[in-house]
Amino acid sequence: MNTITLDALFGQLLLGLVNGSFYATLSLGLAVIFGLLNIVNFAHGALYMMGAYVAWIALVQFGVGYWGSLVLAPLIIGAFGMLIERTMLQWLYKLDHLYGLLLTFGIALILEGTYRQFFGVSGQAYPVPELLAGSTDLGFMTLPNYRAWVVIASLAVCIGTWYVIERTRLGAYLRAGTENPKLTQAFGINVPLLVMLTYGFGAGLAAFAGVLAAPVTQVTPLMGQNLIIIVFAVVVIGGMGSILGAIATGLALGVIEGLTKVFYPEASSTVVFVIMAIVLLLRPAGLFGREK
Amino acid sequence: MNRTWIGFLVLFALLVAAPFVVYPVLVMKVLCFALFACAFNLLLGYTGLLSFGHAAFLGSAAYATGYAMTQWAITPELGLVFGTLVAAALGAVFGGLAIRRQGIYFAMVTLALAQMVYFFCLQVPFTGGEDGLQGVPRGALFGLLSLRSDMAMYWFVLAVFVAGFLFIYRVIHSPFGQVLKAIRENESRALSLGYDVDRYKLLAFVLSAGIAGLAGATKTLVFGFATLTDVHWATSGEVVLMTLVGGVGTLLGPVIGSVVIVTLQNELADKAGSWVTVILGAIFVVNVLLFRRGIVGEIAARFPGKQ
Repeated sequence: MNTITLDALFGQLLLGLVNGSFYATLSLGLAVIFGLLNIVNFAHGALYMMGAYVAWIALVQFGVGYWGSLVLAPLIIGAFGMLIERTMLQWLYKLDHLYGLLLTFGIALILEGTYRQFFGVSGQAYPVPELLAGSTDLGFMTLPNYRAWVVIASLAVCIGTWYVIERTRLGAYLRAGTENPKLTQAFGINVPLLVMLTYGFGAGLAAFAGVLAAPVTQVTPLMGQNLIIIVFAVVVIGGMGSILGAIATGLALGVIEGLTKVFYPEASSTVVFVIMAIVLLLRPAGLFGREK
Repeated sequence: MNRTWIGFLVLFALLVAAPFVVYPVLVMKVLCFALFACAFNLLLGYTGLLSFGHAAFLGSAAYATGYAMTQWAITPELGLVFGTLVAAALGAVFGGLAIRRQGIYFAMVTLALAQMVYFFCLQVPFTGGEDGLQGVPRGALFGLLSLRSDMAMYWFVLAVFVAGFLFIYRVIHSPFGQVLKAIRENESRALSLGYDVDRYKLLAFVLSAGIAGLAGATKTLVFGFATLTDVHWATSGEVVLMTLVGGVGTLLGPVIGSVVIVTLQNELADKAGSWVTVILGAIFVVNVLLFRRGIVGEIAARFPGKQ
């Protein structure tokens, strides 16, 4: 144990926070979509991957930089998400929830297969934006600026989402639609529009995480599928009932995963699943869950 | 003689004739996946539980049988029994965890647990890591009948398939199977009628895992290897697709579905590259949107005979 330096420990802790930010942002999107659409969006990983590719293509083909992509990619993928919702998902709302999972699984296969056909499986490097290059010496560790930015930006977006849903009128419509769509519609609120926007927003959130991830991890067609199953486990652990719960669970699991990499690296790829199994034994409904 | 049994007999006759017309190894692959899909369908079609991690059982049995056959030099029938038991034991653990959550969470839990098995197989020394287990011998049945020739192997695989299929048929048509269907239709009602729903679900899960394991173990014997593909989530997705294409909750559906999907993959393997994934995804989408009853379910709905 003495061989672990403080620097390595804090480094992994920060990396864990970075991964945790992605878990939090993605599971938040899953929870918001599930709340209104009753669909577990298997295509979430693919949308995240597409967000990163939009940034990479924008840079390589059109010279659009990081900050432009951070705004553009969520808009483009959000619009794409709304297209998916209008053309496919909307036909499933009356059916068993399982069909939503199967349909979005099929969509994920189509998207990831297409990207793999065009871009291969090898990763593309995406440069860290100039403004955030380099690192800050904090005395006890050196802090890479970009990683700190990822954590701050994701947290800001997550908390902003929480604020909109819990504290604004639009959010009140959303919560009403989640609780009882028919009654909400009867009060004159356009629920189908709300549903479409919600899916678009979830897709945009995934794309935002994808752009944030591009300079940290390599941009590959497989980056989404590697993540989505862990995010599913995160969602099972936290339960999809609570937004702040989803954010906290995501961050905490990222940190635990980071610490496992320091102390017992062999288990780092499975630790989230082990925690899921323990939570299922002790609190079957999840940490913040309300089982319907 | 009702229509179901006529269907069985036609299928059986086709399977007896198949190796003389088609490359036997391909038919054996179809049979292994058909048994796998039938086991999966016992859960989805007859108990209403969507397991998105069934590759864990196929794969763990494939590895267990491969390991036992190479390291302990046991006979193939013992290898199959060993693989099946390993998968059933794993099924008991995973099932016990997964049935604590319902519906969509059940699917996510099984998927996550199966991913854990994948990482486990990637890391532990006895699975051969990225290479998998290679060169697993087929051995001689009961130490007497060599399975080295593809035809001998074929008859053995056919026997395993028919046994597994009839076992599932028996389970579905037993009082136990009726309770499973009651749980599928309305879990709360089954519970209020006094059935210990969790025990029924767990037993169905273990049976399904065990038969999926039998399919995986047989596959190892046929091909002589077990690899990470067997435990990958894409394989879990494939078995869902086979069942969906053929018809969820029909006896013959998973068999027809696996014929369609395995043949398709075989035809496209070296021509289409990553488009294979895209095509499978497109079949998923079309199936869910337009064709939810699947091939057999659609035929049964068009020609309603007396059952």
